[in-house]
Amino acid sequence: MKVGLLYSRIRRDEKLLLSELRERGHEIEKIDVRKEQFNISEPPASLDGVDIVVDRCLATSRSIYTTQFLDAYDVPVVNSAHTADVCADKVKNSLALERAGVPTPNTEVAFTTDSALETIEKFGYPCVLKPVIGSWGRLMAKVDSRSAAEAILEHKATLGHYEHKVFYVQEFVEKPGRDIRVLAVDGEPIAAMTRSSDHWLTNAAKGGEVEAFDLDDRARELVAAASDAVGGGLLGVDLMETGEDYTVHEVNHTVEFKALNDAVDVDVPAQVVDWIENKVATETEASV
Amino acid sequence: MAETITAEDPLTGEEIEIPADVEVGEIVDSPATGAELEVVSVDPVTLEEAPELEEDWGE
Repeated sequence: MKVGLLYSRIRRDEKLLLSELRERGHEIEKIDVRKEQFNISEPPASLDGVDIVVDRCLATSRSIYTTQFLDAYDVPVVNSAHTADVCADKVKNSLALERAGVPTPNTEVAFTTDSALETIEKFGYPCVLKPVIGSWGRLMAKVDSRSAAEAILEHKATLGHYEHKVFYVQEFVEKPGRDIRVLAVDGEPIAAMTRSSDHWLTNAAKGGEVEAFDLDDRARELVAAASDAVGGGLLGVDLMETGEDYTVHEVNHTVEFKALNDAVDVDVPAQVVDWIENKVATETEASV
Repeated sequence: MAETITAEDPLTGEEIEIPADVEVGEIVDSPATGAELEVVSVDPVTLEEAPELEEDWGE
């Protein structure tokens, strides 16, 4: 098959995928999104003959728009424009999880600092303020007091971009010093790991320690439901343990897996490429 | 030890060692300044200072 890899930066994750695809003899078209132009009717030449595009854009904005163009050109893409749209935005993500009945931290959105402060006071301290777009734990704030809340809200209001004036307030979940990252394809887990840290942010990108994790049936059920809720695809589903159950706080659509690949015995890129191959085979059969 | 090749660090002008299997779009660190350098071509390898982190980057 011919695979288009949409990228702006080749991280180790992309390199692992490229190596696996090349080893299997697949043709690869690396598409640097920074150099392309996307016309509303004419696809760029780089998409000629590709069977599927894997969106590995580093920038969320590029991911959201390019997947929509690929949809318009009828070029299969993982992940889909719908999945990218839902996952890229924490508000849409939370709404999708709640709508699907997946346990997710209680969340409220407010549009002014005064109304956000009311939400924060209602939630009590600590609670969490997150930017609606962004990742790697950046600009996340654990709010411990009213005076901290007032200061953070004031700072956010002056950051400039309108997205910072969408105040996404979430209950603080007391987790056991770790959360769980599950890499799944259409809801079927490939591998899972815990990310542990003394810091309240346990992201691997923040230096959290990672370790392989065996999922129980309940976690598998929630991963499948969370994946369905956002439209499926190659996803990173993040769960926290709440004692008797789990809560799903986020589903990521341009998921990084290098830390996971190092932590588990599973050959993660091989499993991902298996899934891509199956997807192309199924779509080819369907179109015959 | 993986095989290495040399390329010019665009920030210092010095020859630096980088992995031989780099490809276009990959990022390598400048040993002198720690800055991120992007591989913009291979054969021969050309490096440029990589773009800075933007707000919407990430998974």
